[in-house]
Amino acid sequence: MSKGKVWKYGDDVNTDVIFPGKYTYSVLDPAEMAKHALEDLDPEFAHKVKPGDIVVAGKNFGCGSSREQAATCLKFAGVQAVIAKSFARIFFRNAINQGLPVVQCSEAVDNVESGEKISIDFAAGQIKGEKGIFTFAPLPEFILRILDSGGLIPYIKKKKIEREKNLGDKNA
Amino acid sequence: MGQTFSEKVLGAKARKTVKAGEIVTVSPDYILTHDNSAAIIQEFRKLEIERVKCAEKIVIVLDHVVPASSEKYAQNHKDIREFVREQGIPHFFDVHHGICHQVFAENGFALPGKLILGADSHTTSYGALGAFSAGIGRSEAASVWATDGIWLKVPETIRIEMNGKFPAMVSAKDVILKIIGDEGADRANYKAVEFAGPAAKNLSLASRLVMANMAAEMGAKNGYFAPDEKTISWLEGRTQGEFDVVVSDSDADYGAILNYDLATIEPQVACPHTVDNVRPVSEVQGTPFHQAIIGTCTNGRIEDLRVAAKIMKGKKIHPGVRVLVIPASRREYIQALQEGELETLVSAGCLVLNPGCGPCLGAHQGILAPGEVAISTANRNFRGRMGSRDSAIYLASPATVAASALEGKIADPRKYE
Ligand code: SF4
Repeated sequence: MSKGKVWKYGDDVNTDVIFPGKYTYSVLDPAEMAKHALEDLDPEFAHKVKPGDIVVAGKNFGCGSSREQAATCLKFAGVQAVIAKSFARIFFRNAINQGLPVVQCSEAVDNVESGEKISIDFAAGQIKGEKGIFTFAPLPEFILRILDSGGLIPYIKKKKIEREKNLGDKNA
Repeated sequence: MGQTFSEKVLGAKARKTVKAGEIVTVSPDYILTHDNSAAIIQEFRKLEIERVKCAEKIVIVLDHVVPASSEKYAQNHKDIREFVREQGIPHFFDVHHGICHQVFAENGFALPGKLILGADSHTTSYGALGAFSAGIGRSEAASVWATDGIWLKVPETIRIEMNGKFPAMVSAKDVILKIIGDEGADRANYKAVEFAGPAAKNLSLASRLVMANMAAEMGAKNGYFAPDEKTISWLEGRTQGEFDVVVSDSDADYGAILNYDLATIEPQVACPHTVDNVRPVSEVQGTPFHQAIIGTCTNGRIEDLRVAAKIMKGKKIHPGVRVLVIPASRREYIQALQEGELETLVSAGCLVLNPGCGPCLGAHQGILAPGEVAISTANRNFRGRMGSRDSAIYLASPATVAASALEGKIADPRKYE
């Protein structure tokens, strides 16, 4: 499990501060989206974030719009995972569908600080920080499969290819 | 133990009896997308599937940046029109129809008992007509186009019992803001919100749309009003579609029941920068602002324009502010033209924009400069939403915004009764 540096924020981090509405229909390239990640919350973030870093936040992370770019921009900024006390439901789905792991763990949120290095074991449901080990309920099997495929679109595509291959094998 | 509306609709779709908390795989009746269809098309293409599975279930409304404000937006719209032609999508509404949620409802797609998904968080709106409707993201919309299926968790339900009658100049917007302020922006996260009680029956369909729309701001998966005679007569002439009225059993298992007496509600204002930062107007009156907005998918219907026109009739807006009026759809626009509200509002100094999202999401038409403040009838006041990160948005009812527009500072509408 690679360690990632923590960027910690508060409650109700909404989709407008994660990815401002003015870009929603004009910035379409994921690498470009990453440059605006968390722009209206922490203008420093997009410049300083490193691959593998971890965003930690309070309750209701990702509330607001259904804009999936809120997950895409974090993923392409290199964020390894988001840990929060709770997630807004559309953001939760979008993150999984973008292949961005989301972890609900209040204990970890209360016990890690900005700048510290932590690691996450998704299958075991464990977060290791300086102040200890915090456990969380691992995501259901089928969601982990979507995450492992890199998101919903690659997952469906993989399933389609498997189906076609099976059909081909039967016909052969 | 009986079942809630949400358990019944999702159970019927999954062809089994389900309880809150279960995950089901279902096929929706309709899937709504808007300008974001351009990005969804890109995702769909990645699947290397030639044709959408059910073209007749897809509803596309161009509304977010209409007419196109730049070459980039123009290209998006062009890509969408070409896709609509290529795939033979029958339900396409080009830039002149209005805001997706109003257009979707008034064209009879939002029907009792239907399962509707939309790539927009305010898809919760159609619960006003007794549908189960929830917002999803872009990848999911592309995947529903391709596979006609999606997984959903059956939500637990919060029931909100409403009694009593509104005082003058107090409306659905005030009560939903009050509920969100009391309960918090994540109170209904992953949950359904059922608006019920005798006062729910008294609400017009337009008012029900306001509340179901804003259920999204409590984090709700879906909002819901049990269909009644008003729903059925509203749908007459708007739909040829068949539907089944689905209602919660009287002994259904609710996660929580909240009670509200409408007679005790004052005009409410959501202050910057969260929708649950709500105060009664008496605490914020006198706050200066620069731009007022009356309209959007939340409060751009004829009943909203009527209240605003009533307050502004024969008067002028304060010279220090600008006031934008955005009818929710072309139909509402025409009615307000015929009835004269638009003449009243324009005479008072308001600027009428074409039906569409306009400045609501900060993309065009009325962007805020740093340091500027807006008061709006929309549903969301997040930092930077309407332009500069250093601007601020207050949310209120059409009556409060109209009264404030006359005074150039936030004002209590009750004195204009
Ligand atoms: S008017 Fe505003 S809230 Fe409504 S659909 Fe448009 S952008 Fe969304």
